Amino acid sequence: MEFGLWQVWEAGWVTAILRGASITILVGFVSMAAGLVIGIVCGLIKWARIFPLSLLVDAYTSLVRGVPELLIIYLLFFSSVEFVTKVVTAFGYAGVAESGYAFVIAVIAIGAISGAYSTEVVRGALSAIPDGHIEAARALGLSGGRIFRRIIAPQMLRIAVPGINNVWQTTIKDTALVSVVGLQELMRISFIGANSTRHPFIFYLIAAAVYLLITLVSQAGFDGIERLLRLRTRKAV
Amino acid sequence: MIDLIQLAVPGLLKGLGVTAALTFVSVLIGFNLGLGLALMRLSSNRLLSGFAKYYSNVFRGTPLLVQIFLFYYGLGQLSLIKDNAALWWVISDGARCAVLALAVNTAAYTSEILRGGLMSVPVGLVEAAQACGMSRMLRFRRIEFPLAIRQALPAYGNELILVVKGTSLASTITVLEITGYAKRLMSQTFAIFEIFAIAGVLYLVINLLLIAIVRVIERVLMRHETSSRRKPVALTQVDLP
Repeated sequence: MEFGLWQVWEAGWVTAILRGASITILVGFVSMAAGLVIGIVCGLIKWARIFPLSLLVDAYTSLVRGVPELLIIYLLFFSSVEFVTKVVTAFGYAGVAESGYAFVIAVIAIGAISGAYSTEVVRGALSAIPDGHIEAARALGLSGGRIFRRIIAPQMLRIAVPGINNVWQTTIKDTALVSVVGLQELMRISFIGANSTRHPFIFYLIAAAVYLLITLVSQAGFDGIERLLRLRTRKAV
Repeated sequence: MIDLIQLAVPGLLKGLGVTAALTFVSVLIGFNLGLGLALMRLSSNRLLSGFAKYYSNVFRGTPLLVQIFLFYYGLGQLSLIKDNAALWWVISDGARCAVLALAVNTAAYTSEILRGGLMSVPVGLVEAAQACGMSRMLRFRRIEFPLAIRQALPAYGNELILVVKGTSLASTITVLEITGYAKRLMSQTFAIFEIFAIAGVLYLVINLLLIAIVRVIERVLMRHETSSRRKPVALTQVDLP
């Protein structure tokens, strides 16, 4: 092959790819944070069966988890692109609309998807906490906020870590989908590189390798967190 | 509104057929590939189990979109594939390429699910089958596989839904399935929400149908389980005064 890794390096694509990768990670982090907030709130609602709200949460999670991510991204993008472009251009920031707007759409879409999966993880973790713990805390006269802070949250977080790991890995992979609306993240940069050099194989291979690196590193990180959070059980004497 | 439905529904229904076909073929290939990989992973041959492990890590660690683009745009560049008529036939068409990518992708997830199922088969049962003089093939067919699939079925149901959602990515390589039609209609008619609602309902219908099928299979596979579980309850009720 006349076009290899060296040519990718020489033509300066490496910095573009690294910039794309950092945007991918940034979108991943921000969406995951948003998703976790959604997940904890909705998970609590679903677990406690707070009546009218729990129906809404049910509708949200089953809709988002049953409909393809791409379709959700198209919905958010097409439904707002005209309006936003008009508003932003009216204020004279047409350039900002290109990059900033795609980022916002990406975070909203991926955050909503990540939130739906996080909700299920949080609900599962909450229902794994033995009822007795909460009853005991109530019997001791702890207030509701205190029970959540001292009894529910610590146990929930520990149980939820493997599930959160899964959601994070899906989230970082889902960020590739926002390349279709033009956000210049890793996938989009690879697409541009592939088209302008006419050597798609090497560019998509590099993209795959970078994604793999990201998921492998985060897997190692989560393994570390799980080890850290594991209860130090006393060995039987 | 009526005009819109007349415009959108026929296209989206055509897309529904394509989505269903993509799902069916890739699940068919992916399941068998995944079963092979799960067996490789559990074999004592280090080379085989190592390959299966790396395969599953690579395909589960990269986005499906990258895999689809790599197959569709990337592989066509290699002379090895260009010169091979059969391989070129697969790669040159968007739908066939999407099926290839979906199948190898779902195979990685399926192998993990089936591996979990196979590992949950009690050793005693396998030993008993060995003691009865069952051959390896017979043992797998009669003892290990049926028990493993029962264990793995709920997780596999989730994976099926992920495949259905994955088929939407075929729209990025020119295949007009539900999402492809929906995107085209969205940019043509600007009736974004209505199109999304119709397309979304079609996906939800496929998913509900798949869940129902999995439930039925589960019930058929568990028919012995439920009857044996019910009996003791009935007996205690009779025995108690």
